[in-house]
Amino acid sequence: MKISREDVLKVAALANLELSDVEVDTYRSHLDDILTYIDKLNEIDTSGVEPLTQVVAASADDSALRDDVIVRADVITEVLQGAPDPEAPYFRVPRVIEK
Amino acid sequence: MSAPAAWTIPEVRSALDARKISARELVKEFYARIEQRNAELNIFLALSPERAYAQADRIDAAIAAGDALPTLAGVPVAVKDVISTRGIPTTCGSRILEGYRPAYDATAVTRLEHAGAIVLGKTNCDEFAMGSSNENSAYGPVRNPVATDHVPGGSSGGSAAAVAANLAVAALGSDTGGSVRQPASFCGVTALNPSYGRVSRYGLIAYASSLDRIGPFTHTVRDAAAVMSVIAGRDTRDATSASVPVPDYAAGLGGSLRGLRIGIPDDYFGEGIDPEVRKKIEAGIALLEKLGCRRVSIRMPNTEYAIAAYYIIATAEASSNLARYDGVRYGPRVPGATLIEMYQKTRGRGFGAEVKRRIVLGTYVLSAGYYDAYYLKGQKVRSLIARDFREAFEKVDAIVTPTSPVPAFRLGERTANPLQMYLADIYTVTGSLAGVPGISVPSGKTSAGLPVGLQIYGPAFGEDRVLHMAHAFEQAGGQEL
Repeated sequence: MKISREDVLKVAALANLELSDVEVDTYRSHLDDILTYIDKLNEIDTSGVEPLTQVVAASADDSALRDDVIVRADVITEVLQGAPDPEAPYFRVPRVIEK
Repeated sequence: MSAPAAWTIPEVRSALDARKISARELVKEFYARIEQRNAELNIFLALSPERAYAQADRIDAAIAAGDALPTLAGVPVAVKDVISTRGIPTTCGSRILEGYRPAYDATAVTRLEHAGAIVLGKTNCDEFAMGSSNENSAYGPVRNPVATDHVPGGSSGGSAAAVAANLAVAALGSDTGGSVRQPASFCGVTALNPSYGRVSRYGLIAYASSLDRIGPFTHTVRDAAAVMSVIAGRDTRDATSASVPVPDYAAGLGGSLRGLRIGIPDDYFGEGIDPEVRKKIEAGIALLEKLGCRRVSIRMPNTEYAIAAYYIIATAEASSNLARYDGVRYGPRVPGATLIEMYQKTRGRGFGAEVKRRIVLGTYVLSAGYYDAYYLKGQKVRSLIARDFREAFEKVDAIVTPTSPVPAFRLGERTANPLQMYLADIYTVTGSLAGVPGISVPSGKTSAGLPVGLQIYGPAFGEDRVLHMAHAFEQAGGQEL
């Protein structure tokens, strides 16, 4: 077994994800299959191979960079319209600072 | 029910030029079609008639004034629901974004409208583009217009089905591991996954940022070329968009394929491929040879590791990208006694099963103690897969493969085993990891009448070449093989 119930619960906590008991069992079993499959990668020797994080190489001449110009977006009203608990110009959340 | 007539982009243009129909009438016709078929097929999640008719009226006014029309004038298009559209609901097929209306348009959408296209609405997809069957949408699966008890493929199933059912002339989808190519093959239409960096991702809601791309669905390769010339190119709002010049792709179509070397990877025709799919792809390769291509057997030795590397990298990036859905800024909130509890409940109830599975896997492969064994290893294997492609393109001009090892399957047939579903992405994830362009074109049908897709890969920024080859293939009757 590659992954335990406790592993799933630990990871779910890291991801701020509430899972039901049934979900924990189901995902544990699916992840076990997937991680076992992923072990295939140990068949290949990757010593000396550089990791590929991004296929677009950073351009040498900084052409990917633009000037940092301030542009007013003026979208506060539109953005807050979609928020679950807005109090313009803020998003309200449960209290995080004790009195 | 027989499908209403297909329109291609040149047909729209000549009908407008000849005053046979106005842009407004055309939009009305497409909305009538959608009205008639959407309850059954579940393709559109939101319609945008106000915006569509306003754009149609601008086109009609330009026609009346005798102004020169832009290249996509009056072309009704559908947009996958992971692509932002200002003021139009954009849910990514998820409950967690129910009711969300972006405050801005994706660059690809802005460019389409600037070129005269008319956005009809937003198409259903697997939640956050995670899936290969469209069954992971929180709003129910799309049905395949070719065989309505079958899936349309995924994750851009709604966009593929919209074109296949003639409810749009073209559609935008997104492709991370095959999500435009595979549904195109399942629905019998054409779709291009451009090179990474070819089309701006600004406004494309992120799944796996190092892999995500926007690509078009169309009836014909010529139409795909026309859409590509509009949406491709550098965008200062996406630092990974490339400054490589954009050719007039449609102008490059036509002419002979004589002497082009097509690589056929032996490693792609092993176990797992449906015999009928194999037969149609063999016939497709034979057709390309008849058109003058030279068949070259090649090896892509790291292919068998692609799925494992892909699911590590994609889920790792997803677990990070999807951290933003926390019930603070958009979508519904599930209350909690503390901020953390609110996050946990909102995410636990807002995300569907596949998304949660991938967040858990992605968080796991990035977590302390596992990072090197999984994430770093996956990225090293990604290097090897990219090298397979680089070395292949030293010997051949293009690589030809099936798009999917299987044709469309029945709704519900494959949902029980996620790993089995992942394994069927083998021919598309390789190109996703390498960043190269790939097109899927119809290559005959199985005896049950299900479409098969042939995939042509080209080197990075070789869209012109794959479009040229796919166009010749289509014109020579590829669809009827």
